[in-house]
Amino acid sequence: MLELRDLCFSVPGDGKRIDILNHINLTVPDGKLVVITGPNGGGKSTLARVIMGLEQATSGSILYNGECMDELNVTERARKGISYGFQQPPRFKGMKVRDLLECAAGTDLGKEKCCHYLAQVGLCSHEYIDRDVDASLSGGELKRIEIATILARKGSLMIFDEPEAGIDLWSFGRLTETFQAIHRSHSAAMIIISHQERIIRLADEVVMVSGGMVTGHGSASSMLDQIQSDNNSCCCI
Amino acid sequence: MIEQYSEVVQGMLAKIAGLKSTPEGAYNIRIDGKGAERQDSKHIKITGKTDKQGIDIHIEDGTKDETMFIPVVVTKSGVDDLVYNDFYIGENCDVTIIAGCGIHNCGCEASKHNGIHTFYVGKNSHVSYVEVHYGSGNGTGGRILNPQTVVHLAEDAVIVMDSSQIGGVDSTQRYTRVNCDGDRSEALITEKMMTHGEQTADSELDVYLNGQDSKARIISRSVAKETSSQVFYPRLEGNAPCFGHVQCDSIIMGSGRVKSIPAIAANHGEASLVHEAAIGKIAGEQILKLQTLGFTAEEAEEKILEGFLR
Repeated sequence: MLELRDLCFSVPGDGKRIDILNHINLTVPDGKLVVITGPNGGGKSTLARVIMGLEQATSGSILYNGECMDELNVTERARKGISYGFQQPPRFKGMKVRDLLECAAGTDLGKEKCCHYLAQVGLCSHEYIDRDVDASLSGGELKRIEIATILARKGSLMIFDEPEAGIDLWSFGRLTETFQAIHRSHSAAMIIISHQERIIRLADEVVMVSGGMVTGHGSASSMLDQIQSDNNSCCCI
Repeated sequence: MIEQYSEVVQGMLAKIAGLKSTPEGAYNIRIDGKGAERQDSKHIKITGKTDKQGIDIHIEDGTKDETMFIPVVVTKSGVDDLVYNDFYIGENCDVTIIAGCGIHNCGCEASKHNGIHTFYVGKNSHVSYVEVHYGSGNGTGGRILNPQTVVHLAEDAVIVMDSSQIGGVDSTQRYTRVNCDGDRSEALITEKMMTHGEQTADSELDVYLNGQDSKARIISRSVAKETSSQVFYPRLEGNAPCFGHVQCDSIIMGSGRVKSIPAIAANHGEASLVHEAAIGKIAGEQILKLQTLGFTAEEAEEKILEGFLR
């Protein structure tokens, strides 16, 4: 279980601190899927980066399975089972798709296993397994490979930052099925930052983050109703 | 028999040529400035030069799927080895040539190897040329490698050159020239370089696209660590309807310095030439990505370099 207690994050600017996250409290139980949504610039991606340790919280605490994560760096958090899919994944000249999947899995993967992970994000293994993770890949292809690394990692908490961004409609359908399958298996808790109704509808709980604060939370249907009634344009519905 | 050599020589042969036992087929092994062992194959004949140090290699027309080895090892301090190897590759061949040089210097005098290689690749032949350079030993004497490679390609001939300097070489001055003279001839050149400490590396490369529809692709990847420095001069000249591409990527670490000076010159209206060059540190996001997969920052850096120089 992940617990965020009074989490704050601020950055320096114009001679004073600018608050990006303001006293966030949130719990993600094991095996549950939480979707974080909200307007652009509201602090969603920063929240995900703070959980992974890519940014250090200014105050507050992160507990994972009862253990305080505050002093742990990214590597240590990853080794505790937290994984994170970048919104804009980096490219690696010379590194093959297979290498990256094996880095994620922490072991050699046979072709069959690689194929399994790539198929889950709608990529054909034969076409991609020996390709370099470089500029020859489109943004959408890179994003799908990024998600495949998170699947290969098999963490107990998977964080995805806008996994739908840059992905075509056909692959997106496959991706939502994959999230659904993970969710049904209860093999991992998931935090997905998303604006997509199809992903929001998969959630056990939807959390609205706006202005660095949690401004609402509830079931997918209640939050979608709220978003519509607020006439809030952050959601693609 | 490779097994008869010292542990140092055997280690070097494994490192630079992947040789762990005596190979089948043609080979010529040179140790400390002298020919140590040589064998012909049915289609590949090796003869020693009479006027200077070196060998002539004649590969018969139609030789297919053969691999030959010509590694050089220097284990003594103060050796200054200069050797001329000429390769005459017939028509319709498909062969692999594994070269490479390793210097193990535990003394205080510089050890040096200058390998001058010239290839004449016949019509419709495909040659893969692999060259690995490596230095080791705890002596204060320098480990110096100055290879020169000149290639002449006939019609439809292809050369795939893959050269790597994987560490331990104090100074290198490399020169490569490829003449794509034949129509539809093609050169694919990959050069990988790693320097550290106070090592220096200069690499000059000239490719002349003279044949109609000739092609060249040059990829240079290098890593300069600590206070080492590297200079690259890849130059492409298009003298016919042709296509050429130069790509130079370098990673600098610590106080490493890299200068990359690609040049392209089109002397024909149908020549199409491209160059790209990039120098920089390892991107922070790359390290962070691997950290999210459980690597430490140091392990991530190592993994990134391993891929980059593969």
